[in-house]
Amino acid sequence: MQRIIKNGQVIDETWHLLDKDATLDGLSNSDDLIVPLALWREHAHALKVRDGGLGVWLDSDEEVEEIAEELGNFKVIALNFPSFTDGRHYSSARLLRERYGYQGEIRAIGDVLRDQLFFMQRCGFDAFAIRADRDPHDALQGLQDFSVCYQAAADQAPLFRRRQA
Amino acid sequence: MYVYDQYDQHIIEDRVRQFRDQTRRYLAGELSEEEFRPLRLQNGLYVQRYAPMLRVAVPYGLLSSRQLRKLAQIARDYDKGYAHISTRQNVQFNWPELEDVPEILAELATAQMHAIQTSGNCIRNTTTDQFAGVAHDELVDPRPWCEIIRQWSTFHPEFAFLPRKFKIAVNGAVSDRAAIEVHDIGLEAVRNGTGELGFRVSVGGGLGRTPIVGSFINEFLPWQHLLTYLDAVLRVYNRYGRRDNKFKARIKILVKALTPEVFAERVNAEWAHLKDGPSTLTEAEVERISRCFVDPAYQALEDQDATLARLDAEHPGFARWRARNVVAHKKPGYAAVTLSLKPTGTAPGDITDKQLDALAELADRYSFGEVRNSHEQNIILADVEQARLFELWGELRELGFATPNVGLLTDIICCPGGDYCSLANAKSIPIAEAIQRRFDDLDYLFDIGELDLNISGCMNACGHHHVGHIGILGVDKKGAEFYQVSLGGSASRDASLGQILGPSFAQEEMAEVIEKIVTVYVEKRVEDERFIDTFRRIGIEPFKERVYAANH
Ligand code: SF4
Repeated sequence: MQRIIKNGQVIDETWHLLDKDATLDGLSNSDDLIVPLALWREHAHALKVRDGGLGVWLDSDEEVEEIAEELGNFKVIALNFPSFTDGRHYSSARLLRERYGYQGEIRAIGDVLRDQLFFMQRCGFDAFAIRADRDPHDALQGLQDFSVCYQAAADQAPLFRRRQA
Repeated sequence: MYVYDQYDQHIIEDRVRQFRDQTRRYLAGELSEEEFRPLRLQNGLYVQRYAPMLRVAVPYGLLSSRQLRKLAQIARDYDKGYAHISTRQNVQFNWPELEDVPEILAELATAQMHAIQTSGNCIRNTTTDQFAGVAHDELVDPRPWCEIIRQWSTFHPEFAFLPRKFKIAVNGAVSDRAAIEVHDIGLEAVRNGTGELGFRVSVGGGLGRTPIVGSFINEFLPWQHLLTYLDAVLRVYNRYGRRDNKFKARIKILVKALTPEVFAERVNAEWAHLKDGPSTLTEAEVERISRCFVDPAYQALEDQDATLARLDAEHPGFARWRARNVVAHKKPGYAAVTLSLKPTGTAPGDITDKQLDALAELADRYSFGEVRNSHEQNIILADVEQARLFELWGELRELGFATPNVGLLTDIICCPGGDYCSLANAKSIPIAEAIQRRFDDLDYLFDIGELDLNISGCMNACGHHHVGHIGILGVDKKGAEFYQVSLGGSASRDASLGQILGPSFAQEEMAEVIEKIVTVYVEKRVEDERFIDTFRRIGIEPFKERVYAANH
């Protein structure tokens, strides 16, 4: 079983991530599923009436605006990094948290590595599916890279509003 | 200059720790080359032709004497005894060992220095006017704003993996010495009718493969909103800039594709959400930072015109130096002095450890312990008493800093080129030297007057060749090193991009070609016309005819 980082701890993964071309055929009724955006677009109703938990995942060229009106349906929103150098979803996570007020889990999936976790966390990610060939316990340390930050993000106000002489 | 408090210091020390561990994991094989690459680049570490190159950040070009001594020590202990001033006001070391870099960063941190975001696809060092704070034509001191932007951009979590690098420049003077219109974002500090401070914002300027002058998308951005507006611009770029082709990934391509008007609308739509949010600047913060940039303890002095004129008459060399390397200061009795790092025979911008130490000494004795790097790759003592200019000139001559060529043809901006850089098509330093040798007659050089000659070893344009009055670009022609010449570029307020003269030249031909171009100018100019003005009046044809005629 894959293990993920959630709220600063390594835990067992309970959600199933469906492929981008997944269909409704043979979907379990009770499993917790993270479905690709296309499936949600086409079969929102069928997905909503299932008993299991529902999440959605966006590829790096899919925009959060697409689901902004429907956030209440998702316990998890996973944002995919096809390569860790593709930074688009840092903006997506901030928009979900700061603009659309999403309070469920925002999970980083794909090419997710230790050295990006600190920035991801600041943008509002609270779960990280570390790339399968890496140790999530080692990656945990990435969350502690910095003790002070200058600018505002999803986590805090800018330092100039907090700074004490 | 800005002085770190415990927060700033924490941040750079955390960085040293982080990079030390990243380097350890890389050397232990836990991080692949591909994974380590963006991490080391964001820390200014390139792997070059012969050795790694470490680029140290010099925020908006300001250095204290203590920092100069630290750089000297690093040049001695970890390099071959010299450093290089880059065309973005930073300092580069060409020969450090990869294994030593964490230690170098730890050394730098003790002098409030770092290498954060000096490379990579992130927000780079913000640059400005080398005469900021002392220029006689300054309206607003850009330095506090540069520092505010530095802090905002340092480890900005949302913008660490942009489509491509991102450069911001700020100008606050009548002349634009910061070349803001060839930056991804250019900010011009202005005051509106009621005296409020704000910024004109240009986006999408840049050199490189597709050189383009930026478009102004906001004529007055009130200062409180600077950071939220920057967040909005960067967010639009981060989300919609092209990532499929690295040559089309700069913001200029996005601005052009959307048109500046539509790009501005997108930014405004984004900004509508961010405006007045937590990143809105406070008066207290601007004041806190501005306090670091108040005037030093100037004395009440008088201008020394008569004395200096007498010295000029007695010492023609002093007169020459003063004409080129000394500029007016906002305070009576003071002057700003440019130390030329362009003597013939030295790679432009190179400085030895001994010179760095000596410079620190001079800064302490003549200029309140500070210097500035310029993007022309020279160093400035900004606050020198006029009464001490003659004495200073003597010392500068001893140190090899007094070449009276600032702004002249031999004050060449030149990238490291094929001697160091693995991306180069051709060498650039030997071309600079050949041209300097050809124009070694000072009288002739003075007669030619103001002329920017810029050399880049490849399309990446680190030597800013597009905006040189004369630009030289290294090109590859069937595996051989050739040089393309362009004329008419300018990086100042009337920014323009050079036009290509014609087919490229071999290395041995270059000095001759430049001489012909200059001869055409000297023949055609009227009165005190500068090269660039003559070019704009007569166009490229007369130059073409002369240069290519001899080839037949
Ligand atoms: S212009 Fe090209 S050759 Fe010169 S330093 Fe930049 S990348 Fe290297």
